[in-house]
Amino acid sequence: MNGWRRRGGLIVASLSEREAVLLRALVAQIRDMLAVRVAAIPKDELAELTGIVVGPTTAPNDRVLARLLPDFHREDPTLSGGLRALHEPELVALKDGTARVVLDTCPPRGGRVRLTDEQAHAWLSALNDVRLALGTVLEVTEDMPDELPPNDPRAPHLGVYHWLTWVQETLIRALAGT
Amino acid sequence: MTTPVRLEQTQVDPAVDEVGIEDRPWLTIVWNDPVNLMSYVTYVFQKLFGYSRDQATRLMLDVHHKGRAVVTSGSREKVETDVAKLHAAGLWATMQRDE
Repeated sequence: MNGWRRRGGLIVASLSEREAVLLRALVAQIRDMLAVRVAAIPKDELAELTGIVVGPTTAPNDRVLARLLPDFHREDPTLSGGLRALHEPELVALKDGTARVVLDTCPPRGGRVRLTDEQAHAWLSALNDVRLALGTVLEVTEDMPDELPPNDPRAPHLGVYHWLTWVQETLIRALAGT
Repeated sequence: MTTPVRLEQTQVDPAVDEVGIEDRPWLTIVWNDPVNLMSYVTYVFQKLFGYSRDQATRLMLDVHHKGRAVVTSGSREKVETDVAKLHAAGLWATMQRDE
């Protein structure tokens, strides 16, 4: 991959098979995690009758999900719980939707990707979600080195994180025209 | 938010002061985190709130250097919507009443 570019009204890039497989697997994992969160919500008869989906009132225990679905207020659990119940279903749907756009537009065996601005924005959000998830697991810091000592179990995965950072950075440049 | 209002509030009786608290606007706060890119945060501020590149960059640098920044303010409903939009973009945002 040589980064994203704007070409004739579209945002384009080429991915190798390895890159496409990796990216699709990471994005699919975000969808799976979100699905687990949704499946854990107890069935609500009232919600089934009214069609109004109510989310959970408590933050996820899982640190990755907790980062993807943050609280609304830092010190008021009642307010946070109420707003989470109200907004989380839509937030999960939005994140799942952007992940689906990536899976629909990224060729499974790599190749040319051509995106409209709308699709590119979905990619931008989905890439960011993957970086948030990976960054949380890797416990990245602002001054994360390019490489970790070889004996650090995170070392092999940090390269993936840095690659995703670069992919996202070039996508922002292509979209913003800078 | 301005100083004259605060001075006035210290002089009024408690009942009126409570009304003052209710009237205070809500704030949308974005917190610094080690993952979100500076360019991405700037881009999100421009896209979501229509800020100029300079305004958005200034807010992003506030988040980066001071650990947090107030990015919008207003009614509870407005701020709630803004926080939800920022969460969709993956930024670490919360709401609170202006102190």
